[in-house]
Amino acid sequence: MNNDSINLKVGQCAATTYTVPVGPVHPALKEPIRFSFDLDGERIVGVDIKPGFAHRGIEYMGMKRNLIQALYLSERICGICSISHPLAFTQAVENAAGIEVPPRAQYIRTIIGELERVHSHLLWAGVGAHELGFDTLLHLTWNVREKSMDLLEELTGNRVDYAIPIFSGVRRDVPAEKAHLAYEALDYYKSLLQQMIDAFLHDKSVEMRTRDVGALTYDQAIELCAVGPTARASGVKKDVRQDMPYLAYADMDIRAITPADFGTEPRGDVYDNIIVRLLEVQQSIGIIEYCLENLPSGELMSIPKVPALLAALKKASGEGIGRHEAPRGEVIHYVRLAEGVEELAVWKVKAPTYSNLMAWVPKFLGDEIADVPIIAASIDPCMCCMDRVHLADAAGNKTTRMKEELVRLSREKTRRICG
Amino acid sequence: MALPRSFKRALWVFHVATGSCNGCDIEIVAALTPRYDVERFGIMLTGTPRHADVLLITGPVTKPMLPRLKRIYEQTPDPKAVVVVGGCGSTSGVFYESYNVVGPIDEVIPVDVYVPGCPSRPEAIIDGVVKAVAKLETLEKSRGGE
Ligand code: SF4
Repeated sequence: MNNDSINLKVGQCAATTYTVPVGPVHPALKEPIRFSFDLDGERIVGVDIKPGFAHRGIEYMGMKRNLIQALYLSERICGICSISHPLAFTQAVENAAGIEVPPRAQYIRTIIGELERVHSHLLWAGVGAHELGFDTLLHLTWNVREKSMDLLEELTGNRVDYAIPIFSGVRRDVPAEKAHLAYEALDYYKSLLQQMIDAFLHDKSVEMRTRDVGALTYDQAIELCAVGPTARASGVKKDVRQDMPYLAYADMDIRAITPADFGTEPRGDVYDNIIVRLLEVQQSIGIIEYCLENLPSGELMSIPKVPALLAALKKASGEGIGRHEAPRGEVIHYVRLAEGVEELAVWKVKAPTYSNLMAWVPKFLGDEIADVPIIAASIDPCMCCMDRVHLADAAGNKTTRMKEELVRLSREKTRRICG
Repeated sequence: MALPRSFKRALWVFHVATGSCNGCDIEIVAALTPRYDVERFGIMLTGTPRHADVLLITGPVTKPMLPRLKRIYEQTPDPKAVVVVGGCGSTSGVFYESYNVVGPIDEVIPVDVYVPGCPSRPEAIIDGVVKAVAKLETLEKSRGGE
């Protein structure tokens, strides 16, 4: 190379931004999604998000099957929230068809739903530790998580995709002779909670990597309609279980957990996300305990015979909405039933990651490229839940700015050309 | 009993999700963590297909993932084995009749081992990878390598 070509004087270097694409298949991502980062040195100055790789057309498929078949499909929207979607879906259909759910079934749904939150939050904490390069903590957390998987398997027969809710009730009981297994698991978690809090929240290196990283302010969280732990970490007291109680939550006093419960000011950073999720594990343990102690007696399904159930659903018509506070935030299912057909007339799913997607933009902006994996993980994204065909403007601010820039450039050019 | 040849070296695995529901993917991670701990058999997750002996693939292959999956398969050096984890990757499973699904995986790339289940249990996933070892050994023998 000619020496002259690199003979740049100090300050002569043009301010350049680089674009670094990440994904759709990338070791830091467990699921396909693509980010495109504009970098100024190490700092992220722009981000574009392109989801859609995991879109399978579930709503479309569901509208071509009978309702019970669609129920199994709803479990496969997401293998981590494999009861959250059926819970919202069954409630939506029951709401549309005017079907009652016996109290015992409501409590059992709640128990399994909260167990899912326990395993999902621990899963997230482990993945978070892995993204920080703290694999010991990943293995510790996932080992601890197995206890909830064991209990889920014991109660439902499956580690994942539990097939518990069905329209008008639940498919399996939580029998009295299995209650001791549940109590044993809950005691196990209670005894470990302090250890987990110490490992995550009182660890210097975790704190240094997560404090003030990927922050989302209270106002941004409200403005961007963030949900679940992502919103609560910013201090927004929002939780479907508190705001619109359903199932057994109506009998309890559930409060949205924010970092204030840990005694710190909410900053909405990754550290606060850890606080909220760990404290929610504790909250879930309390809820499961309450449900086990107060489990009402009675039947499991108000229409126990499947042919009768299908017939009742076929006769029904109308619209229904089901909401559930999934581990990642509020999930909503909307359905419309038409009389005389077995299939759904309309099925619309809004998964929590869909709401939290926009929160990524302010979280990324201004942080370093090395923080990308942990910030991406901080909202606990679930692509398979939310990937859809019609994309919203995922780039948020950036596109708008780009448009302004283009308009400005275009005007300048006009002026230049016209002298 | 003499140890099979496969235990003489580590097997590197690359994981691709082609639109799966996450159920199988999480069970793959569970297989890597202490309860199942596949690393004790020398099975290790790698960050790039270029270092992989085995591809662990989940999902029904959505349209946007189709070219990516093909490319990842081409990037994996020979000899390689492909293990499909889960019902939806093996047969489309619950995701039949969709406008955005082009799988199952064996319509896109050659598959050596199918692991059943929706999701597959971690034990089944380990079994699938071990079966892939047998295939790798025959491939290596036919190439005359040690
Ligand atoms: S096989 Fe079932 S659990 Fe596994 S990814 Fe496919 S749909 Fe999900």
